[in-house]
Amino acid sequence: MQGNKLYQSQELAIKYFTVAIILFGAQLLFGLVAAIQYLYPDFLFNTLDFSIARMLHINALVVWLLYAMIGAVYWLLPDEAGIEVVGIKLANIAFYILTAAVAVVVLVYLFVQVGPGKESTIWFITEGREYIEAPRWADIGIVAVVLVFLYNVYATVMRGRQTGILTVLMADLIALAGLYLAGMFYTDNIAVDQYWWWWVVHLWVEATWEVYVAAVGGYILIKTLNANRKVVEMWLWIEVAMMFGSGILGLGHHYFWIGTPEYWWEIGALFSALEPVPLIGLFVHVLYDWGKERGKGNEIKNVPAFAWLTVETFGNFLGAGVWGFMHTLPQINLYTHGTQWPAAHGHLAFYGAYVAIMISAMYIAVQGKAGLERLKMTKAGWWAISLISVGVLLMTVSLTVAAYTQTMVERGMHGATWEGYFAAQSNMWFLQGIGWRLVTGLAVIVGYGFLVYDLITCPKHQPVEEGETAAAAA
Amino acid sequence: MAQKVSVWTSNRFWRRSATWITGVASVLLILLTFDSMAQMKMGTAEDIAKKIDKRIPSPLVINYTIEYKLDPYRGHEIPIIGGEMQRKEGGIKSAYEKKEKFFGRDDYTEEEARALIHKGKLTIQAKNCMDCHTLLGNGAYYAPDLTKAWLDPTWETLAPAFNGKEYAMAAFLQDPPKMAMHERKMPNLGITEEEAKAVVAYLKFMSAIDTNGFPRNFGKIKGAVDARK
Repeated sequence: MQGNKLYQSQELAIKYFTVAIILFGAQLLFGLVAAIQYLYPDFLFNTLDFSIARMLHINALVVWLLYAMIGAVYWLLPDEAGIEVVGIKLANIAFYILTAAVAVVVLVYLFVQVGPGKESTIWFITEGREYIEAPRWADIGIVAVVLVFLYNVYATVMRGRQTGILTVLMADLIALAGLYLAGMFYTDNIAVDQYWWWWVVHLWVEATWEVYVAAVGGYILIKTLNANRKVVEMWLWIEVAMMFGSGILGLGHHYFWIGTPEYWWEIGALFSALEPVPLIGLFVHVLYDWGKERGKGNEIKNVPAFAWLTVETFGNFLGAGVWGFMHTLPQINLYTHGTQWPAAHGHLAFYGAYVAIMISAMYIAVQGKAGLERLKMTKAGWWAISLISVGVLLMTVSLTVAAYTQTMVERGMHGATWEGYFAAQSNMWFLQGIGWRLVTGLAVIVGYGFLVYDLITCPKHQPVEEGETAAAAA
Repeated sequence: MAQKVSVWTSNRFWRRSATWITGVASVLLILLTFDSMAQMKMGTAEDIAKKIDKRIPSPLVINYTIEYKLDPYRGHEIPIIGGEMQRKEGGIKSAYEKKEKFFGRDDYTEEEARALIHKGKLTIQAKNCMDCHTLLGNGAYYAPDLTKAWLDPTWETLAPAFNGKEYAMAAFLQDPPKMAMHERKMPNLGITEEEAKAVVAYLKFMSAIDTNGFPRNFGKIKGAVDARK
């Protein structure tokens, strides 16, 4: 970092982060609408139906995480490589094209919503495939923008310093981008459709995104703790080995019931059961480095970024690891598949694994932009991290109660019929879980308010410690 | 003096390990995918004529009765298309004999059946069905799973009034609030009569997909909660 003077690439990173945090707000807003509809089904009925609110909720999530992920790379790339990013003008143009395209897609989702059952709907309105609903024209646009991004990364690393973190990112980003292509086709065979759909969804969130997080987490450790690069990079390679070693074939746990051969039961069960192991490694590593640096008397250079990184490691292990493992074995998954179980798991996993580290990266950028040697935690920052983390954790617990009820009543007692589904949905325990989900969601939204305020104002509102005032007076 | 470094703390060792592990896992996944794709190819009229079971059967199954029965050989329920027969190895399999009328016909050609499910799948995507429902268990959890919707007992109770459950389902899809069964109503998505028929065909076809026994005990048990009624 070089004081207030940023690389142009880092200026671009801040633009990406800004759009990301706005879309994060949109995600929470549409999530709120959907959560209310669970309790009051007539809320916005025929105006913004659950399907649309829910689609915007999950699409905003995916898109803002991708924005933040691209932003974090544009932030660390010149810092790691030691030179300005190659092709930065093109990168800026790509940013505006992507943002305009996202705006058009969202407006169509909101105001056109659905189309007739024809190919033209798939091309211009919605593909109707969960998480990757974006119409085909937007898919092609996304691929074009990502190619520019990959060119920036590769060309810069070729000319600049090639660190271990950058090597992992280069390999990971090309896999991440390539996998998106697996979701860009149409077939009448719904089993084959879902088979490839999981290549995008699973191999993103349970493989390539996890490796991305490990690499960026390593960078943040170096920035916040001055951790030893050699040790960080060694850990990073071990993480890559464990994450890809378990995550790639762990894909099998989505292939239990969709018309796939039975051998996926064993393969999926074994490898997905191993998926939590690297996530334990992440938080052990972070706490180990923290303790070591504290032992040396070194202070944390960016407290909010480090705090969010710590939330990431625990949230990732709990949400993705423990909550994932709870229903990953086929014997259990036969009853939990398609219930609130994946919803409970998904909320804490996305938050723990991805949301927290992207906020951490944003605080690194806040510190860099302000040119501060140290960034301390403000009151607002403390409220933000506490309300959001506790909120999402309790939301997950609430959804888990609802999930237990649904599994028991609908699947266990009623044999999964339409009648059984509604018997579970009107069960008292289920409704209480869904009710608490709404309450905890409101806490997250208040926390989001604190977060936005803190990201904008924290450099100006740095708390002054007692020792420092005494030193200033003397 | 060169210091002896343990291999366990060597970045080079771990980098190579990571590369090899990733490579081997990827190659295995690709090989398994080739096998899965071969097994998941959609069946044809020829398969039905030869009574060959396919995981994803020919769309011609809309001409036949479909049931969901426990196969003692495989240890879970399987779709039974056109009545059952004994399997050589033991257990039961589809006989592809017993036909039933679907919108008044049981003689759809392969081309016609394919065209129907093509339209049905496009409509399912165009109306964002998966953002409320689950299909094969994937999607959103705001509305019932549709994997075996064709076999749901609810439609059997509505069938007599509509002269067949396919007519009841098609009528429901064209104006769901009118036939609402719960306060959590399905909205009117502007589904035309042609689209509704195609979606019902798709649901019938999907109920014949071999899902390795998911969902378990579908429609078989009436739990303790209902016993009070």
